[in-house]
Amino acid sequence: MALSRFASSSRSGSLLKPLSSAISLRRPISTDTTPITLETSVPFTAHQCEAPSRTVQTTANELLTFFRDMALMRRMEIAADSLYKAKLIRGFCHLYDGQEAVAVGMEAALTKKDCIITAYRDHCTFMARGGTLLEVFAELMGRQAGCSRGKGGSMHFYKKDSNFYGGHGIVGAQVPLGCGLAFAQKYSKDEAVTFALYGDGAANQGQLFEALNISALWDLPAILVCENNHYGMGTAEWRAAKSPAYYKRGDYAPGLKVDGMDVLAVKQACTFAKEHALKNGPIILEMDTYRYHGHSMSDPGSTYRTRDEITGVRQERDPIERIRKLILSHDLATEKELKDIEKEVRKEVDDAIAQAKENPVPESSELFTNVYAKGLGVESFGADRKEVRATLP
Amino acid sequence: MLAIARQRILGQSFQKIRPAVSVLRSYSSAAKQITVREALNSALDEEMSADPKVFLMGEEVGEYQGAYKITKGLLEKYGPERVLDTPITEAGFTGIGVGAAYYGLKPVVEFMTFNFSMQAIDHIINSAAKSNYMSAGQISVPIVFRGPNGAAAGVGAQHSQCYASWYASCPGLKVLSPYNSEDARGLLKAAIRDPDPVVFLENELLYGESFPVSDEVLDSSFCIPIGKAKIEREGKDVTITAFSKMVGYALKAAEILEKDGIHAEVINLRSIRPLDRSTINASVRKTNRLVTVEEGFPQHGVGAEICASVVEESFAYLDAPVERIAGADVPMPYAANLERMAVPQIEDIVRAARRACYRSVPLAAAA
Repeated sequence: MALSRFASSSRSGSLLKPLSSAISLRRPISTDTTPITLETSVPFTAHQCEAPSRTVQTTANELLTFFRDMALMRRMEIAADSLYKAKLIRGFCHLYDGQEAVAVGMEAALTKKDCIITAYRDHCTFMARGGTLLEVFAELMGRQAGCSRGKGGSMHFYKKDSNFYGGHGIVGAQVPLGCGLAFAQKYSKDEAVTFALYGDGAANQGQLFEALNISALWDLPAILVCENNHYGMGTAEWRAAKSPAYYKRGDYAPGLKVDGMDVLAVKQACTFAKEHALKNGPIILEMDTYRYHGHSMSDPGSTYRTRDEITGVRQERDPIERIRKLILSHDLATEKELKDIEKEVRKEVDDAIAQAKENPVPESSELFTNVYAKGLGVESFGADRKEVRATLP
Repeated sequence: MLAIARQRILGQSFQKIRPAVSVLRSYSSAAKQITVREALNSALDEEMSADPKVFLMGEEVGEYQGAYKITKGLLEKYGPERVLDTPITEAGFTGIGVGAAYYGLKPVVEFMTFNFSMQAIDHIINSAAKSNYMSAGQISVPIVFRGPNGAAAGVGAQHSQCYASWYASCPGLKVLSPYNSEDARGLLKAAIRDPDPVVFLENELLYGESFPVSDEVLDSSFCIPIGKAKIEREGKDVTITAFSKMVGYALKAAEILEKDGIHAEVINLRSIRPLDRSTINASVRKTNRLVTVEEGFPQHGVGAEICASVVEESFAYLDAPVERIAGADVPMPYAANLERMAVPQIEDIVRAARRACYRSVPLAAAA
């Protein structure tokens, strides 16, 4: 526990304090990989399977990485809120703050050979798959450096080289698509799995059950992850689902209910699910999570839930605060060091936004690119076809 | 009379030595004849053989040998991992097909008829057609959606709609519709090889029809370029555009018009999107008159687009208003006499061509 000794010694000497704070700004995140054994916040609840143990193994390195990654995501989403209000982001903007533990915990259980597909609340999932802040902010602002070169927008982030397949605007559509990815992985004998994420609102979609049926019949390595933030836009889960026990809705398919605000529980559940899916076919994970923002930037989020509820979750269950407490209670870093990480992360976000603001909008010719992968030299038209025509490459 | 007797004798001797494979050899030429069904089946077979990423999915495509026997024998040949029978859940299995295409496989998804594609249309349009654009080229979708389209015989309103104009209006999709066996083979092979989502509209009533095919067509590398129409019959007096079954009707109409001295040029569109505007316009600039023919509903149909294109590009060349022949503007009725009125007949095409030539009453043939 080299780091913890360093941390405690810096706290003990007040003379050393200013020096250590200067050092801590430069000091890299702890690379200590000594295993730490912890328990998840709550045990897992299982349907048609044996729940994994709530005892998890982690390391200082991992916990600090989790903290940093989630803090980065939190900062990014809050910055996006401001950009939207400043009208630099247009259209739809669905923010993920509060749900960071799901993106981060899942990524920790996977490799880049595994596929992830989600709906429109995709900024943080994209980041977890290796996206950069510049790609996020430039895409949100419709600039060339965006991950979809400005042509997709908030709901259409993709990163194929990390097997991140978007970014989908139609509620529920991503679930059959995800099962199709799993099909292709099995067909190609890739020994990898697909995580298809959806919300409690999408959980009632018929196509989800159609895809699950086929996945179970064909033993596809598909993990369906319900990010249950308890509200489908403005409709509370009990008003939309006769049975809001989403982990059980797979009926013949096994399911697990997970505290989605506990990144270690998420990681444990995803590891378990991956192993299960490779051997036995589809499984459902229900992540009990929460979004602080409304459904999107047009929704204040307070007409269908009380402010007390929101602050209550923030106080009791915030995923970043949980990790902060763990880190501090295990002496893996000081409070100041964690605050410094948050400052670093904030600066990264600010720098990326500044860079994105300087980035140009797409060339006009981009209107006509990528309509097809192989355009065959056909013509396409602008609003006035006698004025604006293009040949598709 | 002697000639007839001789024909019969020759026909009989050929009967005895007819090969086991059901390919007829006519006396006069060495051309083989194959049905559209055989053409589609062989195209699927060859493309599956050439590329292990190609697989088939749909209701009854496997053990049942295909609802219309298009996929006959393929399960036996390629196994259940590549020929997949699905439950009756179009939204689910179409989404799965598109997801597999995202990953890089090449699915051929069968709709038992395109009427059922409406259950899955969100995946065709929003998940498939638009993905390459929204992802700025990261996610291409090399998928083919195929199946019978348009009217069959006596199947009623819910099973008779033509979807050509709906799908062809979408950027990001390619929409093909074969007429004969050569089209069926060449276009399906091109569709499977194409990296973009292709909607392949067949016709149930054409499956059993035989057409002559050359050796070139039967070669496994045979392909028809997407986006190019074919002039099936050259003419100089009026252009008739058609696709799928209506090509056959247009050709018959052209024969009737010939007797009146009206030489019709019949264009088989083959590709609804991209539409071969240059071939159509070049033809109209030659003939100065146009009749568009389609089976589907008239409003906002394929003919409407062709008419607009010709008015925009070749207005000065038109000597008469463009004529449109289409299905009746009603849901398809069941009673045979009403059904006959709801679908274009050859005489409708003939009449429209005559109108375009300002010849409502047949006159003596002009030179």
